[in-house]
Amino acid sequence: MATTPAIEAIEATVAAPPAPRARRWAARPGEALAFGLVALFLLAFLVVPVLTVITVAFQDRATGGFTLAHFGDFLSNDLFMRSFFNSLYVSLMSVAVASLIALPLAYFTTRFEFRGAILVQTLGVLPLIMPPFAGAVAMGLLFGRTGSVNLLLDEYLGINIPFMEGLNGVIFVQSIHYFPFILLNLTASLKNIDRAMEESAQNLGAHGFRLFRRIVLPLAMPGYIAGASLVFIKVFDDLATPLLLNVREMLAPQAYLRITSVGLEDPIGYVISVVLILFSVLSLWISSLALRGKDYATVQRGGGGLVKRRMSRGQAIAAYALIAAILLLVLAPHFGLFLLSIATIWSYSPLPDGYTLAHYTRVFAESSQYITNTLIYAGLAGLIDVIIGTTIAYLVLRTRMVGARWLDYVAMSALAVPGLVLGIGYLRTFFGITLPDGSSLAAFWGIIVLALAIRRLPYALRACMAAMQQISASLEEAAENLGARRLRVVRRIVLPLMAGGLAAGFVTSFATAAVELSATLMLVQSSDDAPLAYGLYVFMQSPAGRGAGAALGIIAVVIVGLSTWLSHLVAEHGGGRKSA
Amino acid sequence: MRITQPVLGRRALGALAAASVAGAARAQGVSGKVTVVTSFSNDVTGPFKRAFEAAHPGTTLDIQNRNTTAGVRFVQETRSNNAVDLFWASAPDAFEVLKRAGLLEVYKPQAEGIPERIGPYSINDPEGYVTGFAASGYGIMWNERYMRANRLPEPKEWSDLAKPAYHDHVIITAPSRSGTTHLTIETILQGEGWEKGWGTIKGFSGNLRQITERSFGVPDAVNSGQVGIGIVIDFFAFSAQGAGFPVKFAYPSVTTVVPANIAIVKNAPNTAGARAFIDFLLSQKGQEILLEPTIRRLPVNPSVYAKAPQGYPNPFTGSIGLPSLVFDVGVSEKRYRVVDALYDQTVGTNLEGLKRAAKAIGDVETRLARRDNAQARALLEEARALISAMPVTAEEAASDEVAGAFSGRSGPGPRQAELEQRWAGFAREKYTAAAAKAAEAAKAAG
Repeated sequence: MATTPAIEAIEATVAAPPAPRARRWAARPGEALAFGLVALFLLAFLVVPVLTVITVAFQDRATGGFTLAHFGDFLSNDLFMRSFFNSLYVSLMSVAVASLIALPLAYFTTRFEFRGAILVQTLGVLPLIMPPFAGAVAMGLLFGRTGSVNLLLDEYLGINIPFMEGLNGVIFVQSIHYFPFILLNLTASLKNIDRAMEESAQNLGAHGFRLFRRIVLPLAMPGYIAGASLVFIKVFDDLATPLLLNVREMLAPQAYLRITSVGLEDPIGYVISVVLILFSVLSLWISSLALRGKDYATVQRGGGGLVKRRMSRGQAIAAYALIAAILLLVLAPHFGLFLLSIATIWSYSPLPDGYTLAHYTRVFAESSQYITNTLIYAGLAGLIDVIIGTTIAYLVLRTRMVGARWLDYVAMSALAVPGLVLGIGYLRTFFGITLPDGSSLAAFWGIIVLALAIRRLPYALRACMAAMQQISASLEEAAENLGARRLRVVRRIVLPLMAGGLAAGFVTSFATAAVELSATLMLVQSSDDAPLAYGLYVFMQSPAGRGAGAALGIIAVVIVGLSTWLSHLVAEHGGGRKSA
Repeated sequence: MRITQPVLGRRALGALAAASVAGAARAQGVSGKVTVVTSFSNDVTGPFKRAFEAAHPGTTLDIQNRNTTAGVRFVQETRSNNAVDLFWASAPDAFEVLKRAGLLEVYKPQAEGIPERIGPYSINDPEGYVTGFAASGYGIMWNERYMRANRLPEPKEWSDLAKPAYHDHVIITAPSRSGTTHLTIETILQGEGWEKGWGTIKGFSGNLRQITERSFGVPDAVNSGQVGIGIVIDFFAFSAQGAGFPVKFAYPSVTTVVPANIAIVKNAPNTAGARAFIDFLLSQKGQEILLEPTIRRLPVNPSVYAKAPQGYPNPFTGSIGLPSLVFDVGVSEKRYRVVDALYDQTVGTNLEGLKRAAKAIGDVETRLARRDNAQARALLEEARALISAMPVTAEEAASDEVAGAFSGRSGPGPRQAELEQRWAGFAREKYTAAAAKAAEAAKAAG
């Protein structure tokens, strides 16, 4: 880590004279360097590639000149306006439902002596790892109109619940899929709350829900807002789920369908992409307004979060039951995927006809390289994301550099860029560059890592931002007053205090990068360099490959689950050390 | 004679030398890596890869799986430093795009005994850029368990799918997403004429549960029993049967048999290898691989059918396909995007309205079957006419003004988005009116 440019940039701040930090408008040279490096990175791997593709949105077809006529078409088209409002509605509702799922999980596991808290938090991440196609088939087999649940309901009760139909179906699936964003960030935040705050409130007579509503939740707001805004933007920009449920009247699927029609150079698809990007940045700005002018930083971190309480027997049973029910619901797709991976034939019946291990044998024989590649790519991407995320968070929150906020917005806009657009942009920008051995830069596997890092940067960035928001600058100032130089302050004070948030950021980036497909599919140039999601895609294109695809999906889930668990352990360990 | 003889001799000698050089090049050149971008799954490419590498020791076939869109884009974007030898896929439109962009190379394969046409389509690109290696027919696939549980009869014809019993049980890919679905729609339009054809298409579209965005979504849904009946290309059904799924398939009498293709990419790094692979695909041995249970495509060499299992469909005997129809490629090409957009706007984005109207009509129809009523029948006819109505005529669809808006060419006339908005509004209005007419008919039926 110490060798990366971003960290070097932070280290470089050591050279700067220790001037008083607050109310400073000019940047220190080291900070300017960090800013420059991050800006360069975003420019080279996000802005330029995307611009090479979406300029079509502003081009007049006849003259090639600049025009806004296509945006006029967008605004005057009923379908697009309807899609826009549908997207808005679904995103807001998904945030609400996802909060309902995430709040109890986060609260109980951080607030009480809770057996298996790490296990719950690990399992809670798994929904993010919904392998493409395989996950869709599994969901359909369980919750579809003729899925297991409805077949059983129909047989015994004569009813059919449309879980996966229409906008409500999208909300259902999206909430299950993306609530971990809230869970992870909220958990990290709750762990960072100063215990003294809670104790003072209790001494003043606050208890139970009032304590939670007035003290705990407000203090954890940065984490919650970070998670909720991610859910909002992600759902707004997501195309996989609406397409899987065949809901087309939303913005992202409209853009996708238009961009991916063979041979059709229709500017409207790119117009919608621009609208998505603008709207993502806008909602980010609104969410930053919600936090503006308030101070969430608490000084003391020694207590390691909320006071852990013991629950009474009754309370414990109720809490475990609630958590079990939630986990059962959110992990159902993975259970379905597992069944699919050991099924012989599963068609129009509650359970498969028979069971076999043949799919796993086939996967291990044919595609073990996918697993190593995925670990390397997603791991590197997660690492890059955490480093860049921390740097941006530092620049935004600790310096008053003009334009730092814009790094944040630009990085977040990556959420709204369809993977295919990024993939095409990469080919367009980097294919002409040849490496010393004569092959193209675009054919180098590192490009896949960069694409994954850019696509998943927003996740890590929000987590790092929330983590740094909760650290009081006075701690750093105190350290500096005691003579510590900048590098030492960052290394000994800032990074350890952020450990939980960094882990959350790494995990979300890593886990989601491991199953990314759309940009990958564009950039993979040899199956030896391909990650797991690509292998899954290849399997899932034929009826005989359905089980094998599911098996590969389960392997992805297990790998990412284990890595998540490990990084939680590391974060906990770090937490233990700093409280010592 | 005496004078010309040596000339001829020299020419013959030259030809011979050229041939032997070419032969040597072929024997020598077929080595190393042959890179193929394909949309076919491992189940299809695997057997060909093994057989080809066995037939040409020293060569490796490097398969790059991409979906058709990503594949076309990849070849387009990497043209400056092309590393791909072959493009191998089903969708005819993908090849058309590549050919028009000047990204393909002409090759006339060595294979013999392959006819000009299969059904109404010519197997190979007349200019020699694209070679057909297999054929596939479009038809109806269904899940037997689903049909039994919902007590649905087995469909045989496209018109069957318009019957009220199948309401909400059918699934299809949008023609704008699948070149083969597009050809099916276009064939119906050319076979039955613009107006009647759209009537048929909207008839079964009124019974759709879903329009998927990727063609494999259709067999996926039918295999798992999510939807009962899918409009699919035959090998999806055959390979699902091969994998053990409880599905069946039928070719309607009006169907299309379309070629699946392969083409050499311009400036291919290994042209000799690419040619050898095409020749291998068309050889007796290569064609026989198509008969394998996980592949199940129709060989383009008629003599290979002798080795096919009992009951294997054969488009050359006239048992499937539309031998009488002559498919006009020019007409098809001119209105390609327009037909897609018309389907997307009048059916895709208005599916709810169309289904509501179709359901209302179906309900009255069912009642009329029990007790007839002339007035209600007349009203139903009006409702059907409203559903069938199209915003543009066949002539308009092929006009420069309309087709030009979709081709990216500059010119006067409305932009694509404006036309789409207009068409969607037109269809919405008609379907609402059709539903109202059906309600009137329901009243008249008593």
